[in-house]
Amino acid sequence: MPEPAFDTATTAVAAREQRAAQAGLNVEARSQFQLAADRFMHHRLALASLAFFVFMVLVSTAGAHLWHYNYAQITNQFATGPSAQHPFGTDLIGHDLLAQVLTGTATSIYTAVVVAAISTVVGTLIGAVAGYYGGMVDAVLMRFTDLVLVVPGLAILLVLAHGVSSLASNPIWIALVLAALFWTYLARLVRGTFLSLREREFVESQWAIGSSDRRIILRHLIPNAIGPIVVNATLTVANAMLVEAALSYLGLGIQPPSVSLGGLIASAEGDATVMPWLFYFPAIFLVLIILSVNFIGDGLRDALDPAQRVRA
Amino acid sequence: MGAYLLRRVLAGVAVLFVASFLVYLLVSVSGNPLAQLQANPHISPATIAAARAELHLNEPLLQRYWTWLSGVAHGNFGTATTGQLVGPQLWPRIEVTLKMVIPATILSILIAVLIGVLGAVKQYSKVDHLLTGLAYLFFSTPVFVVAILLKDYLAVDVNNGIGHTVLYTIGQNTPGTTGFWNVLTDNVQHTVLPVLTLTVVTYAAWSRYQRAALLDVLNTDYIRLARAKGLTRRRVLYVHGLRNALVPVVTVVSLDFATILGGAVIVEIAFGWQGFGQFLFQALTGPVSPDVNSVQAWLVIAATAVIVFNIVADVAYGLLDPRIRYA
Repeated sequence: MPEPAFDTATTAVAAREQRAAQAGLNVEARSQFQLAADRFMHHRLALASLAFFVFMVLVSTAGAHLWHYNYAQITNQFATGPSAQHPFGTDLIGHDLLAQVLTGTATSIYTAVVVAAISTVVGTLIGAVAGYYGGMVDAVLMRFTDLVLVVPGLAILLVLAHGVSSLASNPIWIALVLAALFWTYLARLVRGTFLSLREREFVESQWAIGSSDRRIILRHLIPNAIGPIVVNATLTVANAMLVEAALSYLGLGIQPPSVSLGGLIASAEGDATVMPWLFYFPAIFLVLIILSVNFIGDGLRDALDPAQRVRA
Repeated sequence: MGAYLLRRVLAGVAVLFVASFLVYLLVSVSGNPLAQLQANPHISPATIAAARAELHLNEPLLQRYWTWLSGVAHGNFGTATTGQLVGPQLWPRIEVTLKMVIPATILSILIAVLIGVLGAVKQYSKVDHLLTGLAYLFFSTPVFVVAILLKDYLAVDVNNGIGHTVLYTIGQNTPGTTGFWNVLTDNVQHTVLPVLTLTVVTYAAWSRYQRAALLDVLNTDYIRLARAKGLTRRRVLYVHGLRNALVPVVTVVSLDFATILGGAVIVEIAFGWQGFGQFLFQALTGPVSPDVNSVQAWLVIAATAVIVFNIVADVAYGLLDPRIRYA
């Protein structure tokens, strides 16, 4: 069936759907989001990782309340290996390790998600302004990120974490310290994406019809940059968990009485040979969660940002 | 090229200058070095006042920074809060860290290139999947977890299996060892595990870049041409493929140098090395901390190393890829 030469796009689509319906096919228009969700659903490893991550969130938050020991509670079982009563064993003072690992998992995930949320919002806003307007904000941002690239990040974090160490029994402080560094990576990324997007025709058309800058940024640029932003926000969660654990190991992470997985591993270090369960349960939890977040990030990259896809 | 280098060096000096200023402010306001003295009821206010004067804490912050800066301009890194000069402590510390960082970097590059090439050539094979899985596992594992696994499990098993201590897990050497061969063996025995730890967490990401870069190159027209004109697979892979696929990896390695230095801090603490990372850590958390002069010395030297490394990498980039022009 020949297409009419001057058909408009809508009637062409309608005609195609009609033809497909005649042939017994069911055609639905799918949004970008549905397409991305479809691609993600086909990434089996990412899907399994997502299920695992959600499971860990539920188990650690609900389990910490349901399990009949509290993470701070001291039992009369000292340094016992895994048993029916204490599936993960107990430590020298008599803490039930399962309770501690559950609470620690919840704290570590919470901290990392807060870091990712703060650095994504701040990084996106500053990166957007720098990439869209250029000028002073851009110059200051780029010089600032140069600094962050030159000074080893861990040193900055150590200084900041040391500054807040008296407050750091509340994980939010450690989250703020990590976010103070991590937003710069997001800002660089968003700036780069915006620099290329703002030259595109659809932005030009918005200028032509007189849209405000605010509208262009919020309605046109950010939605088009959402792929890399979401992917990097996810990878920030994994990274934040790694770095928080490192800070805890150095004694500058989340402070007691709060427990984090990194802190549990660090305090197990001295006894790792005689009481290996103190080391390997929190370590396995930490590594598996970070691994699952990395896989989710990979799946999201393939789903949202097919052009950026690392040839896997 | 000369003008390009000069501009890069000047930009580097400017960044260094700003970084030193910001870190000085940050460290100075992040903690009170006299906190421990003040918490002790047996120490009189006069002693505390004397300590305050000795550390120049009663001077304005900007003046203290200026004193530090003019000292550094004369090659004097100032005095630590322990009363010792900072300058003479630096080189012995750096030497210890280099003993770990240089072998680990070289080893990581070699392993990353090897594994990256293997993964690209045998894409989607069992070997490739295994190597990919391992790489993901390693960059999802904190450095200190690797360190604990190696020193508390592997080293203990190996040493028990052999019957005497082969792998040392604490310190960078045995003090008092004499004789060239003894010193060399002793150093190697102390260095194996820390280098392995740093390598495991470093190579993983690099091998992914190498694999992706080589796959990109192998799908280009000039590789197809090279095959079409009858060159052997081996020659195409190494001379035409790998040479070009190394270029992006060079950048990644140089940008990661700061991360390696950060990793070295943790590895030194895990293995009790009295290196440069430990120096930073003690300056930040020691009894009279923060010790701003020591932190600043660490910062200036580490940041200079990173800047030099980045410039060298950019120059190497141009040598490897003639399409790059220095403007």
